[in-house]
Amino acid sequence: MNFQIPDFVPAIPEIFVLSMACLILVIDLFVKQENRFFTYLLSQLTLVVAAVLTLYVFSGKEIFTFENMFVSDNMSSVLKIFIYLITSICFLYSRKYLIEQKFFRGEFFVLGLFGVLGMMIMVSAHSFLTVYLGLELLSLSLYAMVALRRDSIPASEAAMKYFVLGAIASGMLLYGMSILYGAAGTLDLGEIASYLSGQHGEMDVITAFGLVFIVVGLAFKLGAVPFHMWIPDVYHGAPTPVTLYLGTAPKIAAFAMAMRLLVDGLQPLHGQWQDMLIILAILSMAIGNIVAIAQTNLKRMLAYSTIAHIGFLLLGIQTGNSEGYSASMFYIIVYSLMSLGGFGMIILLSRTGFEADKIEDFKGLNDRNPWYAFIMLVLMFSMAGVPPTLGFYAKLSIIQSLISVEMVWLAVIAVLFSIIGAFYYLRIIKTMYFEKAIDTTPIHSNFDMRVVISINGLAILALGLYPSALMNLCIASI
Amino acid sequence: MVPLSNYLVLGGILFCLSMAGIFLNRKNIIIILMSIELMLLAVNMNFIAFSHYHGDTAGQIFVFFILTVAAAEAAIGLAILVVLFRNRNTINVEDIDTLKG
Repeated sequence: MNFQIPDFVPAIPEIFVLSMACLILVIDLFVKQENRFFTYLLSQLTLVVAAVLTLYVFSGKEIFTFENMFVSDNMSSVLKIFIYLITSICFLYSRKYLIEQKFFRGEFFVLGLFGVLGMMIMVSAHSFLTVYLGLELLSLSLYAMVALRRDSIPASEAAMKYFVLGAIASGMLLYGMSILYGAAGTLDLGEIASYLSGQHGEMDVITAFGLVFIVVGLAFKLGAVPFHMWIPDVYHGAPTPVTLYLGTAPKIAAFAMAMRLLVDGLQPLHGQWQDMLIILAILSMAIGNIVAIAQTNLKRMLAYSTIAHIGFLLLGIQTGNSEGYSASMFYIIVYSLMSLGGFGMIILLSRTGFEADKIEDFKGLNDRNPWYAFIMLVLMFSMAGVPPTLGFYAKLSIIQSLISVEMVWLAVIAVLFSIIGAFYYLRIIKTMYFEKAIDTTPIHSNFDMRVVISINGLAILALGLYPSALMNLCIASI
Repeated sequence: MVPLSNYLVLGGILFCLSMAGIFLNRKNIIIILMSIELMLLAVNMNFIAFSHYHGDTAGQIFVFFILTVAAAEAAIGLAILVVLFRNRNTINVEDIDTLKG
């Protein structure tokens, strides 16, 4: 068998991020603590250059390389750009918190970049092997990031729980992969799809068995009920910048992984996985929205709100047509932008020795700083799905895709649960505007954070007034 | 020759044992880490059996990757365990209950 040198061009952004992450890891060793800003700057630069490279190698065609293990198409390019953007904003928000909590170390950024590399590989995977390797690179970085705060009891407990449940999820996913490999005799997602469609949608027991394990593994990673146990604890226990990191960009990567596995690989079995996803989605929306009402910790509340949003996301994927997929893609990008702002506000209100992660810390925010209160108002309205914010259009497009496949009952359930969900988002707005501030310390932050969080909030409002640009991008990329 | 099904049954038994080890164990986190390794080995057993059955080496290559990743995973798991033990002075599963809600 001849060995051919693969085409490296589509993978240039990955190769670049890998080299830069290794380089920054070494450079950081020789940087003094007072010059740590340099590490931060290099990480930001890496993300910017990676975005430029991604645009540069983007060709508008589907290109396969590395023996079909790696694919570069419209969806992967668009999602990668959003991953860079969101990670970059996340680093920017984190800097303030890390400096204030005497925690400004290079490891955060290096692990963050390795996580970005893992996400990029997941987004571009076209084989079970690459899906698994990308997923593990992301997960291992995240485990370490959660435990980064070595002296914190909640953080180390959260890391342990995350590690154990994440490893079980990987094990499940791998077991499913091994069974499907046995059935199809190949690891390539495209060949698996053609093998399965050769069977005309009829499933033997072994394929069904493998499919169940794959869906369970995916549900674990996405955090869909009943596999959601880790989300609230990890969001709550992890340091806020890590929560910010792990609640935003990895969700996009998890969506891409679901698309690659279920759509690129297992589309012929759509009839079978559709039912599983519907059950997961209804349970996620129910548990997520109802349990969130009882929370007093904002990070925990946002964790349950994530679970509810993941339920919505699954509704779009289960329709099994490109309209549903693009609605889901739109939804997950919008969700990442919203939760970026939400956790960003917690960081903004925190200061040395004080964590603003309880809902009561937002009391009377309007009196303390009307502008930040307004931004939080936009974010909460958007998460609840109130027009004209972006979150409304995200929910609308999912519901439209449900109605177009004549699943009106599911659309009704989705609307009912979002109404329940609106309660706890509106409660935060009430806390900010109609309650007296207990804590009247002025809110300090650096200039770049103030500007970017304002843009973050306004973008959600502005894109909500004109959602078609982002929506068309999502439609074009599926 | 040993038929394929025997290997698959062995893989399945190992997988169930590891699941039981994770969910029934109430004492020690190290047992959970051991169970996770066992789970990955069960998957390896499946991959090698299928790889031989299909005459396709990709499955065996996958096993090498799983072994490598499992080593990295164990390293991180044990590191987190050390951090946890320093903070709490216990690795009893039932004591890890600070986070609730």
